[in-house]
Amino acid sequence: MRRETLHAWLLLLPAAVLLASFTHIPAIETVVNSFFSTARGMRPSHFVGLGNYRNLIADPTFWQAMRNNLLYAAITIPLSMGIALAMALLVRGRIGGRGFLRMAFFTPTVLPLIAVANIWIFFYTPGFGLLNQIGALFGLPNMNFLGQGATALYAVAAVSVWKEAGFFMIFYLAALQTIPPSLIEAARLEGASSWHVFRRVTLPLIMPTTLFISVNAVINAFRLVDQVFVMTQGGPDNASTLLFYYIYQVGFQFWDTAYAATLTVVMLAILVAIAIGQFFLLDRKVHYR
Amino acid sequence: MTFAAPASAPTSATAAAPVSATPGVWPRLDRVLMSAGAWMLGLLWIAPLLYAAWTAFHPSAYETRFDLLAPLSLENFPLAWKQAPFARYFLNTVILVTSILSVQLVVGTLAAFAFARLRFAGRGILFGLVLVQMMVMPDILLVENYRTMRMLGLVDTIAAIGLPYMASGFGIFLLRQTFMTIPRELDEAARIEGVSLLGLIWRVYVPLAKPTYLAFGLVSVSAHWNDFIWPLIVTNSVSSRPLTVGLSIFASPDSGVQWSVINAATLMTSAPLLIGFLLFQRQFVQSFMRAGIK
Repeated sequence: MRRETLHAWLLLLPAAVLLASFTHIPAIETVVNSFFSTARGMRPSHFVGLGNYRNLIADPTFWQAMRNNLLYAAITIPLSMGIALAMALLVRGRIGGRGFLRMAFFTPTVLPLIAVANIWIFFYTPGFGLLNQIGALFGLPNMNFLGQGATALYAVAAVSVWKEAGFFMIFYLAALQTIPPSLIEAARLEGASSWHVFRRVTLPLIMPTTLFISVNAVINAFRLVDQVFVMTQGGPDNASTLLFYYIYQVGFQFWDTAYAATLTVVMLAILVAIAIGQFFLLDRKVHYR
Repeated sequence: MTFAAPASAPTSATAAAPVSATPGVWPRLDRVLMSAGAWMLGLLWIAPLLYAAWTAFHPSAYETRFDLLAPLSLENFPLAWKQAPFARYFLNTVILVTSILSVQLVVGTLAAFAFARLRFAGRGILFGLVLVQMMVMPDILLVENYRTMRMLGLVDTIAAIGLPYMASGFGIFLLRQTFMTIPRELDEAARIEGVSLLGLIWRVYVPLAKPTYLAFGLVSVSAHWNDFIWPLIVTNSVSSRPLTVGLSIFASPDSGVQWSVINAATLMTSAPLLIGFLLFQRQFVQSFMRAGIK
């Protein structure tokens, strides 16, 4: 064997062992286990073919979790990205207190999601929570934001928008800095309005960044859902159950590991779809080479 | 500060009208409106945090009753500290993030060097497999990883929380990109002097990649300080629980703890990250930017 190859293998060995043991092999095992039943008491696990998938299709909670997750994504992604772009446009130029404003926008990003969720539970508390107190000033009745099926998912989504907008802002800030000022001046000399410059010059030029952020936002909409665990536990009546939370419930509260594996396969399929979409949508140099 | 409240209604109309070509009063008004908008949004964004901090520094009687003249108090912090083993949680989290980061750096450096500078069969495929981890993160695979930890007898240990993350596909990717920009001449010069492979990595590559190490370090520490779901599953005692899980138990609705105390605990657990962020603001933002995909 060539010396260089031997060296390469030795250098890669620790990473390969760790990556394979906790990412690749578990991913494959997840797919395999989705074709078996959960071992229970005296009955060992056995092959059930597509049985778990048939249960999945017939499981109303799964569909509810998917619907919720799509709605959650449809709320949080455009909102957090739109606000992020607005933030970047606002603090791009020379305005008083720019440093403070950037910090104000970015700070929620640094906090643990669990800490953020705690703060918001406090605001949502029925009766004496901040939001109800502000509502009372305007004569609105008391609302139990987290305890009502109609509002729970939105209340959970608001937390995510608050936390993520500042994170996305820094990518937009970086993108805006790459736009040559001469382009904007030229457009202005042609008599284009601010809105026109934004629509026709700025927005197209930051399109690659927008795509890049949306990929991250979609992944986060499925993966970063810690707040559901402490704010609503998926309730009331599954109104705020998201896919990842449902996987956790099935796997670690109902201990139905085979069905949890089946749900995880759905999650993996979503992530693979995003990866493929990213590959075709984004310029390859954005994330590779 | 000049408030532009009366003029704020026709903002979009004035902005849309093609008047900007004539310099003078319009751009200035534009700027005033931008400033006003930025400050309104900025204050709205920081308000939740400020209010939570305000309640943490005031007696619990004021937790839902904002009063500018309420007496300041520090009692909530020792109360929170005494009611739950936060010292232990802090220790666990610090052990967790430092051990994850140090292993990640060693393992990542070795692998990144191999990918960047050595030629061997299957390099492309192996690198592709490393990139897979940037999309399929171990936290998604909790059922299988929990099974593995039980098999290894590691359930309810700090090692179990950290192990799945000790090799970071993202870290390997980032370091490989950096190593590839280092001129090969440096590399050859060192080899002629008879430096071993590990010596070469340590003396030439590592020092030149310092900014990347800092960037990755900040991202890694903040990510794992904040991790919640996997540690929640794999730990079940005080001796291994990190801060996030400890905080969630402390603050659960049936714990009956007062809000001002919970807010104090919340601030306390985020404080190291917040202070770190305020001190290294520029590096933080640049690291996250460089990091792109977390």
